[in-house]
Amino acid sequence: MTRPPFQALVDAHWRDVARLAHALAGPSDGDDVAQQAWVQALAAYPRADPRNIRSWLFTITRNCAMDVHRRTRRTTPHDDPTSLSGAHSVGPPSTCALPEGPDTKLWQRVSALPERQREAVVLKYVADLDHREIASILATTPAMSRRLVSDALATLRMTQEPR
Amino acid sequence: MTSPHTDNPFATFDPPVTIPVLPETDVSYAVHVSSVGRLLLASAGGHLVMCAYAVDESADEAHLRRMAGAVSPRILRHPSRLDEARRQVDDYLEGKRQVFDLAAELAVASPFQREVLRGLERTAYGSTTTYGALAAAIDHPGAARAVGTALGANPLCLVLPCHRVLPSTGRVGGHVGGYAGGPGAKAALLELEAS
Repeated sequence: MTRPPFQALVDAHWRDVARLAHALAGPSDGDDVAQQAWVQALAAYPRADPRNIRSWLFTITRNCAMDVHRRTRRTTPHDDPTSLSGAHSVGPPSTCALPEGPDTKLWQRVSALPERQREAVVLKYVADLDHREIASILATTPAMSRRLVSDALATLRMTQEPR
Repeated sequence: MTSPHTDNPFATFDPPVTIPVLPETDVSYAVHVSSVGRLLLASAGGHLVMCAYAVDESADEAHLRRMAGAVSPRILRHPSRLDEARRQVDDYLEGKRQVFDLAAELAVASPFQREVLRGLERTAYGSTTTYGALAAAIDHPGAARAVGTALGANPLCLVLPCHRVLPSTGRVGGHVGGYAGGPGAKAALLELEAS
């Protein structure tokens, strides 16, 4: 099976990849994650499964976002697990020096979620994937994906500002 | 039970997104609107591998898929990589150039197409040949029809002058034979080279 020209992937999916990167990595690292994801996808493209390109691109984007989180965790000075509530497996990236907007407030609530819940809820609502696809990206089961998403939604509802 | 829409915490999520900037890769291409038609030009490894008529984006897609299979699927729009080829095409179409000075490669062609297209080298600027004569010249006498088909799939139009090959009836009544860019473009090129 011939793979479509890479430019067709960029044209069709760059907006979705950028949105996913911003939702997973936050406003300060979103662009960087999306850019890295495209460079990695280009390098790996001849080995990609052409049957599900979208999911493949999202997997790469998620892995790039995870790398950024890990780097941030290593470089965050007050990264003492005992000082955190315990729910965080990874410290959320900073939101410094960005103007306050509706997305910044959303990011503050989303970034406070445990990593797996954050990934699952973002893959569900930003990437618009079903639980089978989310499970495959997060290396888990569809049932666990469903649970992660509903736990995340419950937490987000509790932290929602009154309208 | 709440609907998934009211539940969607990202319903108003609208981050400022930027288009990715990617490094040059295996194949670079550009679309060039010339005086004889819209062309898709592509280069791979410093060689021009395509200069083909493409009336619209779906024609682009067909050419790009052909290259994805024959060269590499790592194909990106990098117009600056094709600047020199575009300049030479325009010079040629303005009568300022008779021979292309480009490293070109028949990467997107079958062995028979290659044989036919290489046979074009013998037909110089301003001269013409026929499908039958070209078939005989490459030792496939009688294969005029197959030669015509191979020329129709020329991935390097203008650079490899398939427009110089005419039906054996000659140009009677303005009939110049088939051409990927249409008979009008073929007639215009023949006129350009005759002047």
